[in-house]
Amino acid sequence: MSIYLDNAATTKPCSEAVKAVCDCMEENFGNPSSLHRAGLNAQIAVDNVRKIIAKSIAADPSCIYFTSGATESNNMAIIGSVGVYGKRKPRIVTTSIEHSSVEKAMEHLEQNGFEIVRISPDRNGEISHERIVNAVDENTCLVSIMMVNNETGYILPVRRSFYGIKKLYPQCITHCDAVQGFMKIPFKVSELNADIISFSGHKIHAGKGIGGLYLKKGIRLQPHIFGGGQEKGIRSGTENVPMIASMGAAVKILSKNISERYKKATDLKEKLCSKLSVIDGIYINSHEDASPYIVNISIPGIRSEIMLHFLEEKGIYVSSGSACSKGAKSGVLKEFGLNDSFSDSAVRISFSHETTVSELSQFVKAVEDAKESLVKSR
Amino acid sequence: MQEIILIKYGEMALKGMNKRSFEDVLVKNIRRRIKSLGKTEITRAQSTIYLKPADECFDVNEAMDRLKKVFGIAALCRAAVCEKDFEDISKVACEYIDETLTYAKTFKVNAKRSDKAFPMKSPEICRELGGVLLGKFNHLNVDVNNPEITVTVEIRDTNAYVHAENVRGAGGLPVGTSGHAMLLLSGGIDSPVAGYMMAKRGVHISAIHYISPPYTSDRARLKVEQLCEKITPYCGSIAFFCVPFTKIQEEIKNNCPEEFFTIIMRRLMMKIAQKICEREKCLALITGESVGQVASQTMNALMCTDAVCEIPVFRPLIGMDKTEIIEISRKIDTYETSIQPYEDCCTVFTPKHPKVRPLVADVEAAEANFDFEPLLNEAVEKTEIKIFNPDF
Repeated sequence: MSIYLDNAATTKPCSEAVKAVCDCMEENFGNPSSLHRAGLNAQIAVDNVRKIIAKSIAADPSCIYFTSGATESNNMAIIGSVGVYGKRKPRIVTTSIEHSSVEKAMEHLEQNGFEIVRISPDRNGEISHERIVNAVDENTCLVSIMMVNNETGYILPVRRSFYGIKKLYPQCITHCDAVQGFMKIPFKVSELNADIISFSGHKIHAGKGIGGLYLKKGIRLQPHIFGGGQEKGIRSGTENVPMIASMGAAVKILSKNISERYKKATDLKEKLCSKLSVIDGIYINSHEDASPYIVNISIPGIRSEIMLHFLEEKGIYVSSGSACSKGAKSGVLKEFGLNDSFSDSAVRISFSHETTVSELSQFVKAVEDAKESLVKSR
Repeated sequence: MQEIILIKYGEMALKGMNKRSFEDVLVKNIRRRIKSLGKTEITRAQSTIYLKPADECFDVNEAMDRLKKVFGIAALCRAAVCEKDFEDISKVACEYIDETLTYAKTFKVNAKRSDKAFPMKSPEICRELGGVLLGKFNHLNVDVNNPEITVTVEIRDTNAYVHAENVRGAGGLPVGTSGHAMLLLSGGIDSPVAGYMMAKRGVHISAIHYISPPYTSDRARLKVEQLCEKITPYCGSIAFFCVPFTKIQEEIKNNCPEEFFTIIMRRLMMKIAQKICEREKCLALITGESVGQVASQTMNALMCTDAVCEIPVFRPLIGMDKTEIIEISRKIDTYETSIQPYEDCCTVFTPKHPKVRPLVADVEAAEANFDFEPLLNEAVEKTEIKIFNPDF
């Protein structure tokens, strides 16, 4: 039996999601755009998921759009909104610790003449809402801030920042990449003050290749995929009905107990941290009040990748950074103020509701073994 | 800090002896709408309803959103509860309105002292609390004429309350205080708006819709069901009657002159609706007609349809322009659904040149070509019923 502690990279689909995919592929295989009943049934299935997701974040179903995943959602949100609102306002505010799907989209805009202001964590590894709000001016068309950092679990002050920005510059579009917060940290669109929110299916026990956007009524996006006009013309292409159904099934289950699971994860994190803190030479990089689902540690002297492969041999899966960067050195930890020996030896452990204390004990034991047996680099 | 919602009613406060029964219906409607959010304590005093959450996880934001759509409420605000003691009032105010004041530029303090035993008088409360807030938020300026934020302190019987936002309610009368009527719901822009307008006057609404498969599709019916669902936050639970209408339309087409097709169809719809009204004890019909909008809505045409009606037909949109109607439909969020392009039974077999000024006698003669009565009864018998509740 393997121990999977890399749930921030992806999760195991829940049985309900798997069943929903099978049902869709075997029975409800119509094209939602077809006029006949097979098409209508597929459309009903899709709209039903829209309702489930909308309800889970207290939004209106007509504000939910499906995409191929959060990378597409983030690109649509950023490039699409700048296409509409950025014609006379060339400034964009974001942070230096965003996911690559946000950062690379920003770099693309930067090359096209936009001024990108990236707020970095301060000496304590924190970003205050005042600093974000102060970076915004009347020439700012978009602010994009992630809800939870995917490498350390740091929770950003999205609500307070967006509140201030909307008070001072109501025309400025606010986007939140909520991938690591969706179904993990309870939030409601009305309280978040976000115009656009991105989320993903495979981080919440649904299938891969599905994600979504919340788009506040009245906010427009310039489409970058053209075709049959699906998703109100914002994102053409036949809907991925089976995967949409899987996301609906997962959200339906998970939205019932977000707070309970949060408590459970908090408990797991506390137990893990207290076990690790008594071992010499292990440092916890995550903030105490970070998302309980993610713990980032460093074992200076043992390179992340070596640790990862050592643990893998024992059937334990963790991550060296963000899985999307495939082991490429992450700049994010540096932004959090970690020096080379810390960021080179960083390991990310991320939980799901299925993670157990005994799995964490085995992980800690394995780390101790690694410290004993691995030859330290300097 | 305990947060409550203060609900103030408008027109109802003017009612005399039967004010109490209006209040009872309003409280019942409020309870029904927020039941799923958790336990609450509801009390009333001085033309105000106090809604106090008794559950830790009660979502005040969501409750405000829902209550904004409940008819009979003139204004509502969320407020922080404090001791009737100036020090506590200042402390709670600083904490409770912190975020709002941080990003505001001007404010004023407003005090209402309904408990005259409170030692400070209203102007004194305003002055002192204003001073406290200025001390904490030193970027603020006082503007008594046009402030961005008005901080209100209410000194009432058992507690004092502090709030900084007064939200306008939906107005009107509580749904259920003005009787029960049947809305003819076509799927267009107008009829949901008509239903909303009558519900605003306290009318409890049921809806009737006519389908003509295969001339109309499942999607067309689904669209109307969605419209029904969309107005439930305002209208409360709605019984939806779906009448099979194909045979009747085919017989009109086969037996009556084309120019009278629409008008006869509408008369027969009214007849069916009245039969169902009688069964369901509805006292009136509601339509979304606006005079002169289309051929079947000229004054002559309305006369022809009214000729078969024995109960009142309410047409709340009769004097409104399309743009005004669209504005309301956007407000109640039915517009996007209404404009989905599915054929409904009113557009099937539409004559090329309908009679713009039909005479009752001509229409009656044309209709007499065929005995529709058995088909009408059959349609009533085969009518399907579905209940829609506010979806939460």
